[in-house]
Amino acid sequence: MKTVRTSPHIHGPLRTDKAMLFVIVALLPSALWGVFAFGPRALLVLAVSVAASVLTEYLLGLVSKEFTLKDLSAAVTGLLVGMNMPPAVPLYIPIIASAFAIAVVKWTFGGLGCNWMNPALAGRVFVFFSFTSQMSAFLLPRWMRLDAVSSATPLSAMKTAVTGGAQGLSQDLLAGTIPNTDLALAVADRLGISPYAVDAFLGNVGGCIGEVSALLLLAGGIFLLATKIITWRIPVVYIGSFALLSWVFGGIPYGQGLFGGEVLVPVFSGGLMLGAFFMATDWVTTPTTPKGEIIFALGCGFFTFLIRYFGSLPEGVSLAIILMNIVTPTIDRFVKVKPFGYVKKPRKKEAKA
Amino acid sequence: MKLATFRRGGVHPADRKQLSKEKRIERMPLPEELIVSMSEHLGAPAVLTKKKGDTVTKGEVIGTASGYISADVHSPVDGVVKEIRKVRAQSGAVADAAVIAVDDVQSDPWGEEHDWKGMSGEDLLDLVRSMGIVGMGGATFPTAVKLTIPMGKSVDALIINGVECEPYLTSDYRLMIEHPDEVLEGVMVAAAIVNPKRIIIGIEANKMDAVSLLSSKALSSGYPITVMPLKMKYPQGDEKQLIKATIGREVPSGKLPLDTGAVVCNLGTCFALYEAAVYHKPLVERVITVSGESIAEPKNILAPIGTKFSDLIAYCGGEKDDAVSVVAGGPMMGFAISDEDTPMVKGSGGLLVLPGLVDDFSAPCVLCGKCVQHCPMGLQPNRMFRNIKYGNYQAAIDLGLMDCKECGCCAYTCPSHLPLVQGFKLGKKLGRKKK
Repeated sequence: MKTVRTSPHIHGPLRTDKAMLFVIVALLPSALWGVFAFGPRALLVLAVSVAASVLTEYLLGLVSKEFTLKDLSAAVTGLLVGMNMPPAVPLYIPIIASAFAIAVVKWTFGGLGCNWMNPALAGRVFVFFSFTSQMSAFLLPRWMRLDAVSSATPLSAMKTAVTGGAQGLSQDLLAGTIPNTDLALAVADRLGISPYAVDAFLGNVGGCIGEVSALLLLAGGIFLLATKIITWRIPVVYIGSFALLSWVFGGIPYGQGLFGGEVLVPVFSGGLMLGAFFMATDWVTTPTTPKGEIIFALGCGFFTFLIRYFGSLPEGVSLAIILMNIVTPTIDRFVKVKPFGYVKKPRKKEAKA
Repeated sequence: MKLATFRRGGVHPADRKQLSKEKRIERMPLPEELIVSMSEHLGAPAVLTKKKGDTVTKGEVIGTASGYISADVHSPVDGVVKEIRKVRAQSGAVADAAVIAVDDVQSDPWGEEHDWKGMSGEDLLDLVRSMGIVGMGGATFPTAVKLTIPMGKSVDALIINGVECEPYLTSDYRLMIEHPDEVLEGVMVAAAIVNPKRIIIGIEANKMDAVSLLSSKALSSGYPITVMPLKMKYPQGDEKQLIKATIGREVPSGKLPLDTGAVVCNLGTCFALYEAAVYHKPLVERVITVSGESIAEPKNILAPIGTKFSDLIAYCGGEKDDAVSVVAGGPMMGFAISDEDTPMVKGSGGLLVLPGLVDDFSAPCVLCGKCVQHCPMGLQPNRMFRNIKYGNYQAAIDLGLMDCKECGCCAYTCPSHLPLVQGFKLGKKLGRKKK
């Protein structure tokens, strides 16, 4: 007697748990860079986040009698929460963030596949608004610390400067506040761009553990694209629309007027790369149709721009993605794919005489 | 050169044709008994005209068509009807079947060549009907019905389906390589009936040797046939996708290919048309690929209709120890069978003995949208499946469930291994019942 099952009798290489594993692999370079830059304390934060997330999932599994640790989604959530923490954060904060992410955002709505908001992002935003000062204390990478240990991120420093009445490009606004590496100065000089863009791209800036190196996040994103876990639409459209808006309108608060805004510093700084490749591409909380994905990504780009340039709060990327997560079901409901063989009814031709 | 293909969706499974690609078609020695089902084709089953104990001769009609969409069934051998019983065909349909004990000495009634070129389209159509020919790509739609062009319609393109997009299967490929002249003449028989403006043979790019062989043969015989290589993509062998790939038209939902001016005919069917026109030989045998990782020796076999799968497997050296499932047809759309004595029917192009190729991983739907991206019909399998799961069949039908052809692209890509196709089969059945 042979096994009988419905066709198809072969299956493609994609599998949810393997995809989660690949996401972890893709995140690791950036996470390790954070550990390298900020020291063993960062590793501890990452470990605590993952452990808290996995433990919460396990304990809730005891309640709902569903043991879902094997799909690795809790581990991914934990790792993302950890990567979104400043390196010196008190350890109870990532624990609260992970527990909130898993217990409130994911489990109460029915677990994997049923949450309507990215758990890791929700966790980050929850603790950001609960512990704002601890969540805003950043460190410079070890090799850049001269006297001051703590430092602002380029984005927040620029915002502070503009609020104080200053205007100009990043190299004018940040000079004296945030140091540059010699390498970045040399490269920037050669290319004629801001040295802060180079340092942000390479990861020589202060920030959350996992979001400082745009380069390594990009590498991880390309790995996910190559393994077909994500498609190009969300990251490309998200970053592209954000960059375009920054160029066209981003100069206004900084005194460069229309079509003069800086592009590279805002694109490489903050959580944009992490958000665009790893958060906005989350399977569960993004639209399922290609057209819907593009609308989603455009919305993310628009709101990130709006919050970063004209909002009074940081967290542009997190809030923009969460906002678009909320409208995802609506997008899926109204943006339809045109099925094969359906055409708009042609206007009736007048009968030939 | 950029090859043509259909635009939307589709998947690229490994073709695994190397297992049987180089194996010449061989005629299997006749088995001791055949089980000839009356439900060899799509539509109404034929009516069995023989009783237990009757003798049958090779090529004799033993079942007569019982409706417009139906086909005659002929005896593939000289023999005696041992038994009449209900038999479950590979598709699951249960119908009367004649169990025929095969005589030791067999006649050869089809030696004489006939000239078909002087025959009119109607006469050829009658001949095709009386020879019991059905589409041999798997759907087994009666060919005579398909080639009947209603008044007022005309055929722009006759498209011959040599795509064979299902992995493992090589029966059409071997026919093209070993019998190119016969296949092309069969194409011309179909052309003589439907009178098309152009004739296109679509073949996927993993069979470029067949493309060049057929196009040079067509050229040297002076046939007005275009052989079109197509980019590999499953399910290109589906009628609608093939029409889109070759002539760029979309068959409207619920309509027939003829509404776009196209008639699609399978390549194996063309070989049967050749034999019917030249030798007046009914469709009583076909080439079947017996393959898979768990068969001792993959082969392409010419076997009489009604041969039991167990006989084919035995002829190929039997199953290996790791065999888990036996599949009639290709791996994407074929039917897993539990009873290896199930007989071959006119649509059996393949028989696969497979080790467990799909693991039993399962997870909830994660809304990744892969099924939407890969659905060649532009449907939203995730939403249809959710509706069916909760019993809301009408909502699934409103989302286009009836346009689903169960090609399996969604289930193939689903990272959570949801049984999407199973859900759609069930949903269609229950949805129809409710109406």
